[in-house]
Amino acid sequence: MKIQDIAKVLNAEILTDFNSEDRNIKCGFASDLMSDVLAFANSESLLITGLNNAQVIRTAEMMDMDTVLFVRGKKPCKEVLKLAMENSVTVLATDYTMFKTCGLLALNGMKGIESDE
Amino acid sequence: MNERFLKRYSFHITANDFMNAGKGSSSIKNLLKSMEIDAIIIRKIAIVSYEAEINIVIHSFGGELHCDLYDDKIVIVSEDVGPGIEDVDLALTEGYSTAPESIRELGFGAGMGLPNIIKYSDDFNIATGNDGTVIKITFLM
Repeated sequence: MKIQDIAKVLNAEILTDFNSEDRNIKCGFASDLMSDVLAFANSESLLITGLNNAQVIRTAEMMDMDTVLFVRGKKPCKEVLKLAMENSVTVLATDYTMFKTCGLLALNGMKGIESDE
Repeated sequence: MNERFLKRYSFHITANDFMNAGKGSSSIKNLLKSMEIDAIIIRKIAIVSYEAEINIVIHSFGGELHCDLYDDKIVIVSEDVGPGIEDVDLALTEGYSTAPESIRELGFGAGMGLPNIIKYSDDFNIATGNDGTVIKITFLM
């Protein structure tokens, strides 16, 4: 899915946008636990989380993940967005819950990462 | 062993500073990127040094994160001043954690730190006592 399509489906706000127009996100990884993101996610996946702090962006940075989606109405603070900009991480935020978010993304063709298939 | 030590890069890590936690690992990652090392090895090193850095921030009174370059390997050394690890075998078990609830709210402290470090590294060595902990994590090139 393109960033614009993800934003449309989830009624999400795009807070920073560094992805090229042809970046097509095929899989997602949802967790509030950053250690699990470090253990199980891959660099191609969209990081979906309800955790709202700088460590989310740091985790994305270490994993080479380029896009983070905050759910449940979490709006990252200025410092977190600054860190995202420093690391060229695209950030979206939706008011939808984690479950609804993942459901809608799956309905639109997004997959989980291979290890959970 | 004919391995040749080339250079050490060191980064100071402050205890309980969660806004800056990850800065040391970020510096190590950028350093390795500038050396044109394989991207997959860089990612493994970044993940492991980040987990080690978070451990220093959470569990110690502060410490250093070193990146030692050899001609055939990279060794991340995490060196902290603190109470040490009471039961190393337990600490190496997935899911075991002594971190308080406040740390779990930050997305860590779920007992995955050391298991993640072992998962991504080629060799792992730990020495702990009443005055601190030293972890050496090796990545073969």
